Parts: sequence; C-alpha cells; structure tokens
Amino acid sequence: MSPGDSGAPATADPSAAPEKSRVPRRRGRPSSSRARQDARTGLALISPTFVIVFTMVVLPILWTISLAFQQVRLLNLRTTGIIGEYSVENFTSVLKSDGFVDALVTTLVYSIGGTASAIILGLVAALALRRPFRGRGLVRAALLLPYVAPVVAAAFVWSTLLNPQYGLANEWGTGLLGWEEPIAFLSSRDELSPFGITIPIPTALLTVIAFEAWRSFPFAFLFITARMEAIPATLEEAGELDGATPTQRFRHIVLPQLLPTIAVLTVLRFIWTFNNFDDIYLLTGGGAGTEVVSVRVYNFLIARGDIGAAAAQALVLAVILAVLVTAYLKFFGRHEEAA
Amino acid sequence: MSQVTVAEPAAPRTTRPAGRGTRRNAVERRVLRVLRPIVIVLFLLAALFPFYYMVLLSFRPLEEVLRNPGSLWVSPSDIDPGTYTDVLKSEEDGGQGFLSFIRNSAMVAVGTVLLTLLVAVPGAYAVSRLEFFGRRRISALFLAVYFFPAILLAVPLFVFFTRIEMRGSLVALLIVYVAQVAAVSIYMLRNYFDTIPVSLEDAAAIDGCSRLQTMRHVSLPLAMPAIISNALFIFMIAWNEFLFALLFLLERRDNWTVSLGLSRLSGSIEVPTTTLMAGSVILTLPIIILFFLSERWLTGGLTAGAEKG
Repeated sequence: MSPGDSGAPATADPSAAPEKSRVPRRRGRPSSSRARQDARTGLALISPTFVIVFTMVVLPILWTISLAFQQVRLLNLRTTGIIGEYSVENFTSVLKSDGFVDALVTTLVYSIGGTASAIILGLVAALALRRPFRGRGLVRAALLLPYVAPVVAAAFVWSTLLNPQYGLANEWGTGLLGWEEPIAFLSSRDELSPFGITIPIPTALLTVIAFEAWRSFPFAFLFITARMEAIPATLEEAGELDGATPTQRFRHIVLPQLLPTIAVLTVLRFIWTFNNFDDIYLLTGGGAGTEVVSVRVYNFLIARGDIGAAAAQALVLAVILAVLVTAYLKFFGRHEEAA
Repeated sequence: MSQVTVAEPAAPRTTRPAGRGTRRNAVERRVLRVLRPIVIVLFLLAALFPFYYMVLLSFRPLEEVLRNPGSLWVSPSDIDPGTYTDVLKSEEDGGQGFLSFIRNSAMVAVGTVLLTLLVAVPGAYAVSRLEFFGRRRISALFLAVYFFPAILLAVPLFVFFTRIEMRGSLVALLIVYVAQVAAVSIYMLRNYFDTIPVSLEDAAAIDGCSRLQTMRHVSLPLAMPAIISNALFIFMIAWNEFLFALLFLLERRDNWTVSLGLSRLSGSIEVPTTTLMAGSVILTLPIIILFFLSERWLTGGLTAGAEKG
C-alpha cells in the first residue's frame, strides 16, 4: 500500500471517536491533571516505536520516491544527495523496457491464482474439519505447518521433490504414472498441442502458484475455521428441519456467513502475494516465465546496481497494488451495503 | 461445538423428521461421509509429507538417494547422521558452518523479540489506554505499515545502510526487523489491553499508583499471555526472514543467518543435497518445536490480531 493511504483511515477517525474510546473521561475538566499527565505519558510511551517506524519505514518510502526520479546507480551512490537532478526518465525507460509488462502480468496471474487457490483450499479444509473427532486439534495444528515453516526450507524441499534427476515427483511420475519423460517443473514453459492447436502451459508458473497455495492455505483455513465456529447452530438446525441437504445448507446458510471473512482474506492474501519475493526467488530465481515485479526489482538493484530503476519499479508495483485494493474495497463496500 | 454441521453424516436420531429425508439428501450425506475422511487424509499428507521427506533425506546416504530416489524409507542400518555433523561443522573443519549461522539467527531473532517488546508493550498500552495527541493517527499509521510491501522498503534501506557502511552487520538487520514488526506487535497487544477491564486500573489509581506503576503492576501481568504469544510470533518472523538477510548479508558469510546460508549453499553443486536437507531440518526444527509448544496461544493471537481489523 502506498504511504498516502495511511492518512485516509486517520482522517476518517475523529468522527468515530466517541463510540469506542475506552479512555476514562468521567473525571471531567476540573481535575484533568491526570488527563494531562496521561497525555504526556502516552506520548512518551509511544515515541520509541514511532521514531523507529518513522525512520525505518516512513522516511525510506519517501526516499524511494525521491530515488525513483533520480539517476542513481550503486557506483555513484556516494555522490548523490537528496537534492539532485530529478526526471521521469526511470519511469519511461522502465515502462518501455523489455519484460516489465510481462512481469506485471505474471505478478497478477500469480497473485490471483495463489490467492484464489489458497482460499478455496482453506475453505475445503475448514469444512472437512468442522465436525469434532478425536485428534482434531492435532490435525488442525499439523495443517498449519506449511504456513509457519521457514520459507527457505520449504522451497528447498519442494525443489528437491520436483527435481528432474532425482526428485520424487518425477521418479513416481515416470515410474508409476507412465510419464514419457521427467518434467522440469521449475524451469520449463511447455506447449501442449492436442488437435494441432498449441496451448502454452506455463509449467513453472503453475508450480510456484501451487507452492503459494500450499504455503498460505493454512492462513485461510485458520480464519475461516474461527469464523465458522461463531455461526449459531440454530440456523442450520432450522435448515435441516426444513429438509435442506448438506450442500444446500452450505450454499444458503454457511457460505453467506463466511463471505465477509473471505472478502477480508482475499485482500490480505492478495496484498501479500502481490509483493511476494521469497517464494519465486527461491524456487525459480524468476526464470521460465515466473519473473514477478519484486524479483525484477531485486535484480535491478543487485545485479545491475541501477537503484533509480529499481525504485521506480517498486513504486509502480505499490501504486498498482494500492489502486487494485482501493477499487476492490470500494466495490466490495458498496456490495455489502446493498446486501 | 454443535452436532449439526454442513457435512454431517446421517447419524441415527430419533427426532429426525420422517419423509423429509429426500433421496438427494441421503445421497449427499453418504457421499460426504465417504469424502470427508479422504479429504482430511489428503490435506494431512500434503501438509506433512514435505517435512517427512526433508527428515528422510537428511538421514539417507547420498549415493543411496541417487540410486533409488523413489524410496520412502531408510533402513536403520543405512541411517547416516554424518550429514548433521557435516552441515554444523565450521568451514575450516570442512563443514558448512551452520553452527555459526544458528548463532547469528538466534542472536538476531532473540534481539528482535526483546527490543520489539521493549518498545511495543509500552506503546500498545499507550494506544489502548491513554488519550494523547495523534493517538488515532499513529495507530492507523502502524496498521498501514503492516501492509507496506517489503520490496518497496528494500531499495532505500539497502541504499541507506550501504551508505552509512553498516550493511552487513547484524545490528542493521535487527533494527530493520524491529521496525517491521513493532507496528504489528503494537496492534496485536493493543487488542489484548483493550480486553482488560479499566476498572482494575482505576482501583490501582485510587490506591495511589501512578500510571507507570499501574501499568507495571496491574496491566503487564494480566497481559502476559498476549505478550508471550507475541514474542513467539516475532521470533518466528525474525527466524524465518529471508529478503533482508539476503540484501544485507550476502557478502558477509560470517554473518549469514540459517535461512540465507541454506539458500546460498543450495545454489552450489558442491554441497550434497542430503547435507542441505540436514540444514533444512535444523532451520525448521526450532520453529516446529515453538509452534507445538505454543500453538494454542499463537493461533489465538493470530486471529485476534486481525479480527478487529
């Protein structure tokens, strides 16, 4: 989200002040020395966090904006200051450069695919584990492991499993499933040509989406489970008495109650997947049609040392994300009001 | 939990309305009754198998893996714990130096936890309890920080720490981590402080406690469960973090964290996969142990942190 966004909820807040304020005000004006003292204590207590967040998050973001309009390279870094020559050259060259639009499309496909599959899997898992049974707690905990495990270890195991030479997937695929040859899951873009029509199969992209789904479905599972436990049983009992079948009860009773949670999950997962760097960098390094914008930013920064271009791309990524999320929230907010 | 759920199989019940159980209902119930255990087993396999494979490979001799990649078992006589000594030994002794990576990771993670709690606990208390200028604005800002893309911060922080010649130091990494988690931490802790009745603090105030005394002697002990789950959450984030470790420490092998070390070494062909699997186990094990020790707290904290958002 862009830094400008943080202002929006803040300005809207004062109107909402009375409703949720838990600060005791009943002491009133006359004896407000405690209130004044509280205000001072409050500022003192929050300031360390504020200072560190301001210097390490807010200022750097402002600086990214400045860098994006300058011709800065790692080599001439020491001679560049805040006051330099500003131009939009980074943006024009980045937007026109080879592969930027492709990377943007890949990022979108990856985020939508990853978000959707993670939420669907999370929903299915939550439904399957809804009825209590012995050991359910343990099963739930086990399903969370992909989410809490270190991404580097998970990516390494996956790439070993999918390795074309000694990976288990290909060994079983060729041995048991009768594949003609091993599939290079992480480094190929294949084509399938049934009936003479060539359909490109982005194998590597599908694999990283599957990895993303595997790693983040537990997050969706956790949230949906929490929401599902809050649904009053009476609703479904009534539905059952009226003869609704299990799928009907899901479709008309459970799902509508879950929709707000799913909507929030969609935003959260989309934001995180859209900015995801680790998974793709570790699995494919951005090769074979999986270069997303964040990997590109890293490559520009480290491999080319082109700080200006890296900053410009990161900024474009953030702005697009902010626009998408705002549009979604607007649309969804309306939808909710109407419903 | 109630007995009535979406996919409830047709349990024999005396009160079941006769005649309403249509054909479709019966079919669906039967299908779901069969489907549910299958789905659960598939999910369990998908979630756990990679970790099983990780442990398995870490104990199998490399030649054996190459000769028979499809095997899912290692006979006790073949178990080769040599991978672990190899991966832990320092580079001078011909190993991969994971012991020092573990030390670095632990230092950064523990340091991040302590420093974050030091600033975030008072901060969360202030945001929850005290009316001060800009309070709402600040908590909105902190919430927004949670969603800032790390890659957007990567460029300026990389440049900044390169310029002050601190990139490569673990302290720089620690500061960056604290800045990234402090905001989330305040958000989660604030939600917990909000649930503690103000009346308890009022009682302490009437007894003559100052704000800070009240905070220390009344609110902090009550918030301990939240603080501990928060600490575990921060530890996991810091221990697992990869992007900034990669950006900051790449050229400084002596400062590599376990995550960075594993990812760098897995890129080279010289280090055997089985050795690296031992490294993966070492990287993953602390997290899994912490997770099972604290699963209840942690998941509670995770959802509590976001439900109000």
